[in-house]
Amino acid sequence: MKFNQALKMALSSVLSNKMRSFLTMLGIIVGVMAVTLLISLVQGATNTITAELGNLGGTNLTCMIYDSSSRFTLEELKALEEEESIGLTSAYLQANGTLKAAGNQYDAAVYGVTENYMDMQSVKVETGRGILEIDNEYRLNVCVVGVEVAKELFGNTDVIGEIIRINGKDYKVVGVLKEMGANSMSSVDTQIFIPFTNAQRLFAQTSITSFYVSATSDETIEQAEKYMNDYLKAKCGEDNYMVLNMGMIIELVEEVYNTLSYMLGGIAAISLLVGGIGIMNIMLVSVTERTKEIGIRKAIGAQKSDIIVQFLIESVVLSLMGGMIGMILSGGILGIINLFSTDVKFSITIPVALLAVLFSVGVGVIFGIYPANKAANLKPIDALRFE
Amino acid sequence: MITLEKIYKTYVLGGEEVHALDGVDLTIDEKEFVAVIGASGSGKSTLMNIIGCLDTADSGNYFIDGQNIMDMTEKEIGIMRNRKIGFIFQQFNLIPKLNAFENVELPLIYQGVGAKERKDRVKEALTKVGLEDRMYHRPNQLSGGQQQRVAVARALVTKPTLILADEPTGNLDSKSSKDIMNLIKELHAQGNTIVLITHDNNIAAEAPRQVQLMDGKIIRDSAEKGGNANEI
Repeated sequence: MKFNQALKMALSSVLSNKMRSFLTMLGIIVGVMAVTLLISLVQGATNTITAELGNLGGTNLTCMIYDSSSRFTLEELKALEEEESIGLTSAYLQANGTLKAAGNQYDAAVYGVTENYMDMQSVKVETGRGILEIDNEYRLNVCVVGVEVAKELFGNTDVIGEIIRINGKDYKVVGVLKEMGANSMSSVDTQIFIPFTNAQRLFAQTSITSFYVSATSDETIEQAEKYMNDYLKAKCGEDNYMVLNMGMIIELVEEVYNTLSYMLGGIAAISLLVGGIGIMNIMLVSVTERTKEIGIRKAIGAQKSDIIVQFLIESVVLSLMGGMIGMILSGGILGIINLFSTDVKFSITIPVALLAVLFSVGVGVIFGIYPANKAANLKPIDALRFE
Repeated sequence: MITLEKIYKTYVLGGEEVHALDGVDLTIDEKEFVAVIGASGSGKSTLMNIIGCLDTADSGNYFIDGQNIMDMTEKEIGIMRNRKIGFIFQQFNLIPKLNAFENVELPLIYQGVGAKERKDRVKEALTKVGLEDRMYHRPNQLSGGQQQRVAVARALVTKPTLILADEPTGNLDSKSSKDIMNLIKELHAQGNTIVLITHDNNIAAEAPRQVQLMDGKIIRDSAEKGGNANEI
């Protein structure tokens, strides 16, 4: 018997019993929906987080020196850029400061930074300018503020030229940063940036304790990491420093989320299993119900394989339809979630869709084999006599 | 054309052995019309099942067109049923979900006949039984006689070596019975080989040759022993 004939028979059988077919499919619908939804949600979250981590600098190494007596200077930092695997360097100093302006007070994270910091950390200036080399050279009392800081102090973001008092010293606002949004992991909205050299004096720090080094490319990051490790070990002694590779952190996060999505997908797969058992039940009932039909078919020349194919296709059609409906539903739900979520966009990726389809076909085959085989093995004479 | 040699078939019913067929020898030649008569329990249904390859004998040999069924695999027997035997059952045994056309088409689908040829042959068979205007009715929209005629068309459509009719009039009123018997006789006249199983002597009398069964044995064969066909 040709396949398309078998397919036609299976389809007409599924359609001739719409209510039962739908109820049978329900298990698969819910199962596939749960799997695709959970995996897509986790994937969406992972992509957003790794993208944000990527913004922090995929080729950046974060270096910390614990021993402040090692006297690491800006000149030494600049000299590191001569190393061929290293692109830019940027020192930073973070401390909490009390900001006062226009009669308002606001506690914010104050960052003393050198000129490359904003480029390396993807901090964008909306109006005005960022912290420049000249600011550091002359230890100018200038600052670049986040949107939230400006709003808290002045009520608006049109604040260039205004004066902010940080820990008792006056700073002139020269730039306002681009808004990052509230849900962002490391929002610069609540931060204020001043020249590094100025911050050293403000917070009474003499040595560089934290800085970024960027590799020239993804390929050279390991070389740069090794170089920095060797360099800092020689400079500060073992255990007095740390070099963090952002790329490695991204990988780690991705790994964690992958594990999470496998775990959640696995839990959801249990409902697919239950759905499959539902299909097997219905197919077994269907075999019993149609014993006579099977007998007739065999009497007029259906082979064992014809009967197996007929029942197997029927269960695959049921589960595949269920899988498709489940996927469409979870696509719809993700669409609705996207309407309300501004930062994270969720969608069913092609591998997830393929996985769901394959899984539901697999469920159909695995749970269809037993009933199909049972039907095919009926002796024609016994099946014909069945009432 | 079909030959049964020393066919034995024993069932165990309620712990008791029943010799449904107890050494049956029978030869049916091409274009013959044979009625197998017997009371219920005589073994005639078992004989019909074995001739129709729906069941296999415990021992003995059964040849269709020179091929021994006893040596065949299940698959080969399936092909044999499909191509060489057409069934007409007492219960009609049509598939209720399918209309007359689809029911008749089914054996051709299993043979792998192409769609266009199938359509022509199904129409031809249904016309032959006088149902060309009922082609797309489902069994429950047809009378008993009409359903049986669909079954006859289904048996015909594969152009089988042998048409096997098991009490074909058992569930029909006398008018429909007559129609079906006329149809069967007509098929015989057109050169089909027919084996008719019945408990009704009047029906059996319509066949040129009668074989009577009792307790699993042939007790009378109007063609006499020796296996040669009687003249029609």
